[in-house]
Amino acid sequence: MSSLAVPQTDPVAGSTPGAARGRPPLRRRTALIPTVTLLLGALYCLLPVAWVVIAATKSGRELFSTFTFLPGTGFAGNVRDLSAYRDGVYWQWMGNSALHAGLGALLSACVSALSGYALATYRFRGRETIFSVLLAGVLMPPVILAVPQYLLLAEADLTDSLLSVLLPQILSPYGVYLARVYAAAAVPADVVEAGRMDGASEWRIFTRIALPMMIPGMVTVFLFQFVAIWNNFLLPYIMLSDDERFPITLGLFTLLEQGANSPALYTLVITGAFLAVLPLVALFLVIQRFWSLDLLSGAVKS
Amino acid sequence: MKSTARRESYGVKRAPYAFLLPATILFALFFALPIGYAVWLSFHKVKVSGLGLGSGARREVWAGPENYTDALTDSELVHGALRVLGYGCIVVPVMLGLALLFALMLDTEKVRLAPLTRLAIFLPYAVPGVMAALLWGFLYLPDVSPFYFVLDRLGLPQPDLLDGGPLYLALSNIAVWGGTGFNMIVIYTSLQAIPAEVYEAARLDGASPLQIALRIKIPMVAPSLVLTFFFSIIATLQVFNEPTTLKPLTNSVSTTWSPLMKVHRDAFGDGDTHSAAAQAVIIAIATLLLSFGFLRAANRRQKQEAAR
Repeated sequence: MSSLAVPQTDPVAGSTPGAARGRPPLRRRTALIPTVTLLLGALYCLLPVAWVVIAATKSGRELFSTFTFLPGTGFAGNVRDLSAYRDGVYWQWMGNSALHAGLGALLSACVSALSGYALATYRFRGRETIFSVLLAGVLMPPVILAVPQYLLLAEADLTDSLLSVLLPQILSPYGVYLARVYAAAAVPADVVEAGRMDGASEWRIFTRIALPMMIPGMVTVFLFQFVAIWNNFLLPYIMLSDDERFPITLGLFTLLEQGANSPALYTLVITGAFLAVLPLVALFLVIQRFWSLDLLSGAVKS
Repeated sequence: MKSTARRESYGVKRAPYAFLLPATILFALFFALPIGYAVWLSFHKVKVSGLGLGSGARREVWAGPENYTDALTDSELVHGALRVLGYGCIVVPVMLGLALLFALMLDTEKVRLAPLTRLAIFLPYAVPGVMAALLWGFLYLPDVSPFYFVLDRLGLPQPDLLDGGPLYLALSNIAVWGGTGFNMIVIYTSLQAIPAEVYEAARLDGASPLQIALRIKIPMVAPSLVLTFFFSIIATLQVFNEPTTLKPLTNSVSTTWSPLMKVHRDAFGDGDTHSAAAQAVIIAIATLLLSFGFLRAANRRQKQEAAR
């Protein structure tokens, strides 16, 4: 936890494939077994992704007739068909996912920042109790929450709306935890004290002094929650019934349900899956360089 | 002068509570209240009087432990629980075994292409569980799968991956694929935190890399292993997305394949929210008992090891 603010030592962030070239050009023997093991692991993990990339290029006929890893010629046609499917509902699903995940993660980062800052910088009665209770939420299996959440939101007439999938995902116990750890490391107590001496209000100290110091940590919280909301299936599955409000995970699932009986829809599902995985993989490739995995392991260690 | 000081300290005293207000409200509304409501529901049932018509005909009455005894003697739920236990016995050891193996291999000297392979193995973390199940689902389908294509050309028998025993492997594989990379990164990060001096003494004593891995590295990352185990158990017993996604592709996955799927069906398919709530409470308690039981056992063992 001491290395919170040192992204250079981050094992993922700091290294690029070319990094080893900087070392003296000694002839080193490659450790054969580890290298081969890791290559096999990488192959296994890339296999389904490689398959969907190639399968998405095949027209319906090619999908069943040509060898799996031979690219086809139908990609543009597949995308056209997918966009035409029910007047472009696919792109609506993508938009919904972006909205849920973007807005939810932003609100989550704000709530986490407020809570984490309060828990890290103030000493007050009930601090540890509040913290433990909030953290216990991590252990609550979603199963025990989802059914009553639905019934309660139905009472409030909020099911099948944006709010019904947004509100339950704003509070992230993990986000609060990370924010507390980060605030404790990044916001020095004497800076807060100096702000008080100058007569700034507590709110002003938070927004003008502490929050800017906490931004890198809050980006991490945002990204974690973004992925968590984007990947969530159970909550929208339970809450939403109008398929124009579906996120992409749920939309593709319903497409698969219909397509299972008519192989003609397979190419649509496959192309849809490819286009849906693309932005997340791209996001992942960009952010894994900035992701503070020290923070992550700190969370596991304590 | 005195009054300003008092006002300031009053503001400082109040501020943390104000800052924690949004989180507290959200916790009360979306964690505490639903749990309380689920417990309340689990002890009630609907009583229908007369023909069940009219507004007063359906009343919620106290049911005592009836929903719980019903759930515990429900063979569908018990079978679902057994299926998920079997599934968990494959997923958790294989996933964490691979994660540990890859992390140790990454931590070896003179390993080539480490950053690239590490990234590739971590990549499935970015793929939603439903999407992973969908991709693998197609790879299991004889019509489009490359495995079947190869088996066909070689004239080998072609097993049905979406039925019987292989179905467990097919489902486990999806979870292993999705979870190995994340756990590998967690373990690898704690391997990196071990100071280099620790190895030097062992190397001077002539310990081989294998001995160093088994005798020094694994014991030193034991706390990370325990925690990854703990969270994997919780996640595995909640399995829902993967079997639900595979369901359209095969008749072997029933609507009650996992306990969580049965809760969903009872609540939303059959509209029996009271018994669904009782089952949800049972699953939650069983999950917490199993995961915390594991944590206690692991801690006790670590203390014994330390005492030796």
